[in-house]
Order: sequence, then C-alpha cells, then structure tokens
Amino acid sequence: VEARDIGVSSPVGLARRLEAPSRRWGEKAIFAALALCAALSVITTTAIVISLIGPALGFFGEVSPGDFFLKSEWAPAQELFGVLPLVVGTLNVVLWGLLVAVPVGLGAAIYLSEYAHPRVRKVVKPVLEVLAGIPTVAIGFFGVSLVTPLLQDIWPGEFLGGPPGFFNAGAAALCIGLMIVPIISSISEDAMRAVPGGLREGAYAMGATKRRVATRVVFPAALSGIVASIVLAFSRAVGETMIVLLVAGNTPNLTLNPVEPIQAMTAFIGVTATGDIATGTIEYDTVFAVGLLLFAITLVANLISIRLVRKYREVYE
Amino acid sequence: VSEGFDPRTERVRLATAGARSGTQAVLSGQSPREVLKSRLFQGFLYLALSFALIGLAALLIDAFVEGQGRLSLNLITNANSNDPAEAGFRTAIIGSLYLILFVILMVVPVGIGASIYLEEYANKERWWNRIIEVNIQNLAAVPSIVYGILGLAFIIRGPLDLGFMLFAGSLTLTLLVLPTVIIASREAIRAVPPSIREGSLALGATQWQTIRRQVLPAAIPGIVTGIILAISRAIGEAAPLLLLGAATFVTFDPQPFNADTGWTALPVQIYQLAVRPQEEIREVAAAGIIVMLVVLLLMNSFAIWLRNRYEQKW
Repeated sequence: VEARDIGVSSPVGLARRLEAPSRRWGEKAIFAALALCAALSVITTTAIVISLIGPALGFFGEVSPGDFFLKSEWAPAQELFGVLPLVVGTLNVVLWGLLVAVPVGLGAAIYLSEYAHPRVRKVVKPVLEVLAGIPTVAIGFFGVSLVTPLLQDIWPGEFLGGPPGFFNAGAAALCIGLMIVPIISSISEDAMRAVPGGLREGAYAMGATKRRVATRVVFPAALSGIVASIVLAFSRAVGETMIVLLVAGNTPNLTLNPVEPIQAMTAFIGVTATGDIATGTIEYDTVFAVGLLLFAITLVANLISIRLVRKYREVYE
Repeated sequence: VSEGFDPRTERVRLATAGARSGTQAVLSGQSPREVLKSRLFQGFLYLALSFALIGLAALLIDAFVEGQGRLSLNLITNANSNDPAEAGFRTAIIGSLYLILFVILMVVPVGIGASIYLEEYANKERWWNRIIEVNIQNLAAVPSIVYGILGLAFIIRGPLDLGFMLFAGSLTLTLLVLPTVIIASREAIRAVPPSIREGSLALGATQWQTIRRQVLPAAIPGIVTGIILAISRAIGEAAPLLLLGAATFVTFDPQPFNADTGWTALPVQIYQLAVRPQEEIREVAAAGIIVMLVVLLLMNSFAIWLRNRYEQKW
C-alpha cells in the first residue's frame, strides 16, 4: 500500500484529511432508498384514510350524520341507515369476549411471570404463541362446529331467553376470547417481567406471601402494560371479521344478549363488499362509512395502547 | 435470576427460597385464611391457563375429528367441485402459494429496508421519524378488513386500477404484514450491540458497509423469524381477500396477473365451505383447515427452532 492511498501525503505534508475521499453518492442513494421504505408506512395510512373518506363523504351527502349515528335501525336495502345495531352488535361480542379473555389472559400472565418454573414456561409460552397464530377462519369453524352446539346443550333452560340459536353472539364471544387471550397474556407478561426484582424482594423481606407480591406489588407496578394489552385486545376483537361472520350471523340486532344473532360492523363490510358491487351506489358507500367508523374506533384504542406501552417501557427499561 | 442450571445460581435460589419461607413463617404468622386465599389464587391461575390450553387442544381435535374422513391426496390434487366427495383445494392452494410468493418478494426488501432506516439512520428526536414509528405501531393493529377496503378502493379500482387480479391481493397482504416484519426486524437489529458497529466504523468502513457486513448478518436469524411469522399470518388471512374478488367459485388454476379469470385462496375457500349447511361439505372445510394448520404449524416450529438455534447472546 502506498502512502498516498491512505491519505498520508497531502499537499500540506502531514496534515491528514479525515473526510471521505469522495462524496459517497452510493451511501446517500442507499439512505434515500431506505427512507423511502419507511415512508411507505405513512403512505399506506394516508391511502387508507383517503380511500375511506372519499366515499364516506359521498355517503354523508345523502344520509345525515345524525341519522347514521343515532337512529336504531340498519337496513340499507330499505334505506334505513342507523348504524347503532352494528356498533352494539360488535360490542355484544367484544364485551362478552373480554369478560372471558381478561381473567384468563391475566391469570396465564401472572402464572408465567411469577409462578411457573422456567422449564414449564419454556413449554407453555410457545404453545400460547401457536394459539396466537391460528387463522381466525379456523377459530370460526371451531365456533360453528363445537362451541355453539356445546352452548346449546349446556344452556340452563330459559336463562336470558333460552338456548342460543345456530347463529349467536355468545359462541362468537367465546371464540373471540380464545383469539385475544394470547395478546393479553404475552403483553401483560412482558410488563410484569419488566418489574424489577428488587420490588418483589422488598415485599418478601417484609413478610409478604407470594400471592400478595403478585397481586399487590407486581400487578400495580405493571398496570400500564396490562391496560395496554387489554386495549389492544379490544382493538383486535373489534376488527375481527371471520369469527363474527361465521358464528354470530348477519342479522342487525340492537342487543347485548349473548343468545341472540347479531351483525358486527366487520361482518357487514365482509358480506356487502363480497363480489362486484357497483361503484358510486349508496350501497357501495355504506361499506366505506362503516369502515371509517371501524378505523376510527380502532385508531383511538391503538393510540391509547401504544402510549401505555411506552409508559411502562420508560419506567422500567 | 438466570434460567440455566448453573449449580451456583441454583444454590443461591435454594438459599433465597429457604430464607423466604423462613421469613414468611416467622414474620407473617400466616393465618389459615391467608393460606386458603393463596391456594384459591393459585387454583385460579391454573384454571386460567388450562382454559387457554384446553381451548387450543379442543380446536385442533375438533378440526381433526370432523375432517379426518376426507384426508387423502385428492384433497390437494382435486379442484373445487359441487360434489363434496370430489371437492379439493388444488386451485385454492395454488392461489395461496402465488399470493405468498409475491408477498415475500415485496415484503422482504421493503420491511428490512424500513427497519434499517428506523434503527440505523433515523434521528429519533425528529418529529417525522416519531410519526413513522407510531404510525407503524398503529398499522400493525388496523383491522385486516380495513386493508381489504384499501385494496378495493386503491389497488383494484382507483389509482392503480389493477382489477380483480390475484396480484392485487398480494399487494394488499404485503401492506397488511409489513408492520409485523418491520417491528420484528427492528428488534433483531436493535439486539446487535453498538460495539460491533463502532468497531467496524473505527476501521474505516462506511455506514452502509457496517450495516451490510456486520449488523445484518448478526440480525438475520431474528429477521427471518419475524418474516416467517408474518408470512404465516398472511397465509391464514381471509377477511381482506373477501373484498378483493377471492370469493368466486373457481375450478381452474389461477393466473396471477389476469383480472378476468378469477382466483381464490385456501382460507377463503374454507370459509365458503364452512358457511354451507350440508354436513359433507363442512367435512371438506375441516379437512382444509387441517391442511392449513399443518402448514402453519411446520412454519411456526421452524421459526421457533431457528430462533433457538441461531439466537446470539452478546
């Protein structure tokens, strides 16, 4: 290697230049390409918002927002555009689903984080990950072929108005619950494991039992992460399509009763937009109006959850 | 506390456990009520965990019991048919393979590129980088059917105007799983310690040389794991495809760039069969679920194996 090549002999003798010998256009081009990849995500969101808002505006040109949000009958074929039955139908499934999934998910998280032997944990965690990876169409089939018949068999007489029918919100809620358990358990467990050991040991030193340490020390310390997991699970449940489509039916129904068939917002979109519906018709635009509402609800839930996760990461990591 | 079985840490653990139970016994003066409460609480934890595990087992067993009568080679070599005894998933499986092929071709470069930008180049103080970051986290939780609406309005009609071709489905699924790939790849890149980069830069490598020769090779196992998990999500995703023209009854092999021939995918055909009331047709749906679950299980196990085999501790 000659001295010139490593930049020793510059005109000024020993003064070495530390800058790069060329402008490094290649490096700059790579930077631009990578930045473009990252920017694609913003473009996606923009495209989602634009594609929802355009037709939704067309819809609200024909149907007043007051009618849309406040009227309680949904029958687009008869020009009845009160979205409440769809929203309440979604809530029916989601709330009953959360009622099942929150205790189950948190119980699993506390067990894995505080009680389980490392060897047990090593087996159980991947199994829960497998559950998280099951396609929802398979969970929906499970609902129709096993959960609904099972509910019909064990239903206590006329409780809540009798055994559920072939389509019902309760079985869909159980399936949705099964789907979101891994979301709640994995994020909550992460949050609990991020709680420093010193907090636990301090409590033990004061004579606390394991149960008290888990419920009075670790649980409150991890609360923001736990709430984040529940909010995210809510968002996933609201946006789930295949389970409600297969199990809960397609009957707009303003009720929180789990034995009744309902139509969720996602199911309406999935059923209506299947096949070739003509652009520009009011039928086509309703899909976008309901889609916009769905996007808005999940957006709020996601932002809350993102904020809460960041909070516990800031405190403990 | 370490998870391995180093005898020293094991001794420390035992000593701590002993000291703890001693302290508890002496100081807490556990009332029978407290003991009972602890037992009940532990019972609740086991109950919660077993609910999830039994649910998963019941789902797998149910699909197997309902579909095992139809498990044969015909199931994957026959096209869909009105006769349930003849119906198979050939066109749907080929459709899914095409979908996934194009998703991989698009999501790998873009996903890795975006995560390199965010981890290695982006200044996190800048507002636009923070927006990109929150935006990706939100996109990861946007309902899949909303991506279907995006595909319908933007890719099939609207600006791209591709028509109901299979490739439009691939584009939509790519956007759907992109956030998953980015989040997983970023974690893998972040796990590479800064000293590796500093060493490379100190030897005169440019930033891109450092990333290409040092950071990426070290992060590749984590990145591949993330990509496999994202792909398995794309394989099972049915909702957005319902809006993108995948719902038609198809009996011939798909042509990915032809908007007029019709196409379908495995989860979509399963859905269409599952909504039919006839017992024999539901059997075919269950058999299709078995095929899909076996593929996904193999992919997931490979991902977990990969993670354990190549995971690097720095």
